[in-house]
Amino acid sequence: MSPFLFWIFALLTVIFGAAVVINRNPVASALSLVVSFLGLAALFMSLNAYFIGIIQVLVYAGAVMVLFLFIIMLLDLRAERGRQINWLASAGGLAVTLILLCQIFSVVGHFEIARKAFPPLPGSTTDDVRNIGAALFKNYNLPFQVVAVLVLVATIGVVLLSKREPR
Amino acid sequence: MVTLGDYLMVSGVLFAIGFAGVMLRRNVIIILMSLELMLNAANLSLVAFSRFRVGLNGLPNYNAQVFVFFIITVAAAEVAVGLAILVALYRARQTTDIKDISSLKF
Repeated sequence: MSPFLFWIFALLTVIFGAAVVINRNPVASALSLVVSFLGLAALFMSLNAYFIGIIQVLVYAGAVMVLFLFIIMLLDLRAERGRQINWLASAGGLAVTLILLCQIFSVVGHFEIARKAFPPLPGSTTDDVRNIGAALFKNYNLPFQVVAVLVLVATIGVVLLSKREPR
Repeated sequence: MVTLGDYLMVSGVLFAIGFAGVMLRRNVIIILMSLELMLNAANLSLVAFSRFRVGLNGLPNYNAQVFVFFIITVAAAEVAVGLAILVALYRARQTTDIKDISSLKF
């Protein structure tokens, strides 16, 4: 992938990710999150991970975001009114975030291997669904079944949680 | 030339944005969205490392992509449960602001 396209999609992801946090209106935040996830899916495809990119669009930009928008509209959340901001707590949160960012940058900056370009990819990755499926069912069969049980438990839990208690 | 470090930087910035959202915002639904951002930042660095480790057969290391697949599955289940808890909370308290939900605060 050309560096130009990489930086376009990276900026798209980061700017709309920041818009999620900055927007006061929850609907605007949710729509910014969709654009951020689409940029991220493009970054996955630039890394030859086509299956993960498509799953990202289907699951995140599709299902999860519909769930978020549905809940926002069900609860009828409006933009936050200008309640007084606890400046001390906000400054503390920002300081911790900046320290984390400096830490990440220093670790990545001192990571010698990370300065090399990606090695060439001789094999074709257009059928990576087959390769991921083989890895999933050969090497990761037990975790796969555990995740299936987890999803079942989540389904039952959600039904129980959203049931109205008899009074 | 795009290096592995560039992808890791983008992933780190995205993680920091999600972290800032969790620390600074008071609306529970925005906090859940920021959690999703942090999970996706981790996914991006995993996929970048997967592409960086090309195996002997000339294919990327698919173990990381299977891991990303699991993360996406668990994150979707987590969002469903989190939003159900949010709806139950809204039914009980008529609010989604964490300032009004501080019974367990130390």
